[in-house]
Amino acid sequence: MNPILRFENITRRFGTFTAVDDVTIDIAKGETFSLLGPSGCGKTTLLRIAAGFDRPDAGRVLLDGNDITDLPPDRRPVNTVFQNYALFPHLNVRDNIAFGPKIAGQDAATVRREVDRMLELVDLTAHAEKRPAMLSGGQKQRVAIARALVNKPQVLLLDEPLAALDLKLRQRLLVDLDAIHDEVGITFIYVTHDQSEAMSISDRIAVMNKGVIEQTGTPVQIYETPRTSFVAAFIGDTNFLDGRIIGAVDDRFSRCAVEDFGTIIIDNDKPVRIGDRIDLSLRPEKLMVSRQRPDAGPMDNAVQGIVEDVIYFGSSTRYWVRCGAWKLCAEVQHRTFLLDETPPVWGDSVWLRWHANDGYLLEQYDALDEDLLTLPED
Amino acid sequence: MRPSRIPTSILWLTLVFFYLPIGFLVMNSFNSSRFAAKWGGFSLRWYERLTERADILAALGNSVRVAVVASLAAMVLGTTAALVLHRYRSRLQSVHRVLVAVPLVLPDILMGMSLLLLFVSLGVALNLVTVTVAHVTFCISYVALVVQARLQDFDFTMVEAARDLGASRFQAFRKVTLPLLAPGILAGGLLAFTLSIDDYVVTYFVKGPGADTLPTLVYSMIKKSRDLPVINALSTLMLILTFAVVALSQRLVRPVGS
Amino acid sequence: MKNSRREWLLTSPSLLWLAGLVLAPLLIVFAIAFRPALPAGGIGEGWSLDAVRALVDPVYLGLLANTVAVSAVTTVLCILVALPVALAMARLAPKWRSRVLLLVIVPFWTNFVIRVFAWQQILHAQGALAEALRWTGVLGENDRLLGNFAAVVLVSVYTYLPFAILPLFAAAEKFDFHLLDAARDLGARPFRAFVSVFIPGVRQGMVTALLVVFIPMLGSYVVPDMVGGTGTQMLGNKIAQRNFNDRNLPEAAALSGALTLLVLVPFFLRRRDAEPSANPEKA
Repeated sequence: MNPILRFENITRRFGTFTAVDDVTIDIAKGETFSLLGPSGCGKTTLLRIAAGFDRPDAGRVLLDGNDITDLPPDRRPVNTVFQNYALFPHLNVRDNIAFGPKIAGQDAATVRREVDRMLELVDLTAHAEKRPAMLSGGQKQRVAIARALVNKPQVLLLDEPLAALDLKLRQRLLVDLDAIHDEVGITFIYVTHDQSEAMSISDRIAVMNKGVIEQTGTPVQIYETPRTSFVAAFIGDTNFLDGRIIGAVDDRFSRCAVEDFGTIIIDNDKPVRIGDRIDLSLRPEKLMVSRQRPDAGPMDNAVQGIVEDVIYFGSSTRYWVRCGAWKLCAEVQHRTFLLDETPPVWGDSVWLRWHANDGYLLEQYDALDEDLLTLPED
Repeated sequence: MRPSRIPTSILWLTLVFFYLPIGFLVMNSFNSSRFAAKWGGFSLRWYERLTERADILAALGNSVRVAVVASLAAMVLGTTAALVLHRYRSRLQSVHRVLVAVPLVLPDILMGMSLLLLFVSLGVALNLVTVTVAHVTFCISYVALVVQARLQDFDFTMVEAARDLGASRFQAFRKVTLPLLAPGILAGGLLAFTLSIDDYVVTYFVKGPGADTLPTLVYSMIKKSRDLPVINALSTLMLILTFAVVALSQRLVRPVGS
Repeated sequence: MKNSRREWLLTSPSLLWLAGLVLAPLLIVFAIAFRPALPAGGIGEGWSLDAVRALVDPVYLGLLANTVAVSAVTTVLCILVALPVALAMARLAPKWRSRVLLLVIVPFWTNFVIRVFAWQQILHAQGALAEALRWTGVLGENDRLLGNFAAVVLVSVYTYLPFAILPLFAAAEKFDFHLLDAARDLGARPFRAFVSVFIPGVRQGMVTALLVVFIPMLGSYVVPDMVGGTGTQMLGNKIAQRNFNDRNLPEAAALSGALTLLVLVPFFLRRRDAEPSANPEKA
């Protein structure tokens, strides 16, 4: 692979705090790549290093194979969409978009043509003469995108571009952004702390935490096969179980004892030996909830427990079920008219069933990551 | 619960207190009597008399010249001071910050006296140049104060955005920072101008025996009790001018985009 | 490093100007205080303690007491008036607030000397006010409105009141007026709520108001000169007198040096007090 942008062993420290710790990422031409993580994880620092607002203490940034680490921001074919838009308040929409081409010394006719094309792309032709203060949040956002794209950057950096907008608008702009990406076909690097945003827009995601990359992969890979407990808990919700391998079922499945819970069958997502301690992530929606003991196949697990908490979300309901020393979260999608049914309520005894394949063995586990889970207070 | 009316009453009384002497001046400027105490009927004679006094016009010219030069110089020095004070957090800026703050609190008489002693010990001749230098000195701090207040709300990602779009450091300053700070710088310059035009004490100490500015001339007229009603006429005209400047500046200072 | 060279380059114009024309002159004041005076006016060669020794004169002690008294009374009166004014202004609708603010500022864009002159005329012995007060008997036949402590304080309050109003208004604007409602709700009468909730709420503005009135007042010169009398002289008058009438620069310098110390002590105390809050908000 010949990456358009490569972060190579980037380290950036602020005093004693290491914001980015020896990070290497390759971003392919034309993809939408997200840097996802909680605030302070180093994603914005990485973006600022790519834009040229910050310099790494160690490592290099390569753009299309050329080292741009020491180039100032104005000499990089890379543009940024800022979190607060950073539109120039003293210039109207047209002049905001024309700022880059004018600086680049393009002639007036070219500037005009390019700006018109951009106005069309982001559907703001009618607002071209307005000052930013007169625009709505979504419109400002689109001006910011047009202002960056008009310079035909090799990479477009988007720093939490939707964070300042409300939920509905955010969802609509995500679709717009995706359409724009398809149309212009340039590489997007998208920084966000919002996992659903990252999941829906990205070709690939790098999940960051405390200055390091926890995992890089497609949204499905990240969600279904989290490498660490942080990724599992930060993206979506999950249940953690830890146990000890006590025997093999066949060469793909093993038997595993979970203290104060029972024996379960797991998929050997990584090589295991008898006696190994393992950590399992089990997504809530993989758990089936039933009042009766379910028909369990040979590789199914079934445990009985008491419903301790119920939260109804409309399209789904979450149950927290006490099983021995463990409390598991199960999410049930409602595909049928719920008033015709009698869903379990608090205090009911229910069964949870999942296929051994539905859990995933974590490579790394940190008990602190349990704080990221949504758990009703006891 | 209805808020107490007492504070509001005190506010209106205070405004009356503020405008009382000014109204008195304006009224007396049309008083044909030489003595403020007696109303001698409406007259414009003091305005006529004002036109005959070339020295007042000359002093006004001096005042304006000094104020223009001083406020322009202070706009440059005060703005750079505010920018570096906002931008850097170093030992140097701590010293700088104190130096910028001192003229704001130093009583005029000390400013005047200390500058006089400086000029005397350097053997510099006292004239309008020394007056201008002195005015620049206290104006810097006020411009810096106003611009610093503006910088508090200034969004520096604007500058990053300009750099990102290909502007050099200087282009970003000229095309983004400067236009956005312009209202603040102008407001600071206007404040400097009024402070300079208004200054009596510092000017009196460093002006030397020669040319007068308006305040020093008026002061000596008062001391010598000469042509006092002319001062009323003069201040009425200046009042009108002030109101015009205020009205104008209200338009200028209004922030961009709102 | 490149960055610090740029910092020095951009700092030096204002830094050098202020160092040369604020710091150096203040140091020269202290130096000249130790020079002998020439009988013809001017500064003599060598060193002398005459000017500094002259400060011990009890006349100066009275002058100092009067200076501090006028300044203190003016400051207290300014703050007492400015507090309710700031409260009332902050409670106005935003549109009115900016207009009233302008009304407060505009009179002070008229010439300072002329404003004091206006008061001189109003308080004049033959003026309408004095006549009226004499007629009602409030003022005795030989009493004067000008030339006394009260006149100096009145006109000083007039000149410095806006400087007290502005910082207090800035503080009051940020004050959450629901707190006053809360205090009333909890049983405080309006005045009690004002004293125990509003005043602590604008404390920072009050400290600023105190300093911007009291410190310049200590150096007051024009007001006592124009509306005061021989008994109400302040340090500033003496400095001007030594300087312009007696041509005794070293003694004027010694007095100025004393005044400088008087003024700068509260300034630096305040700075030390304010420094921790001036922490950089960004790393």
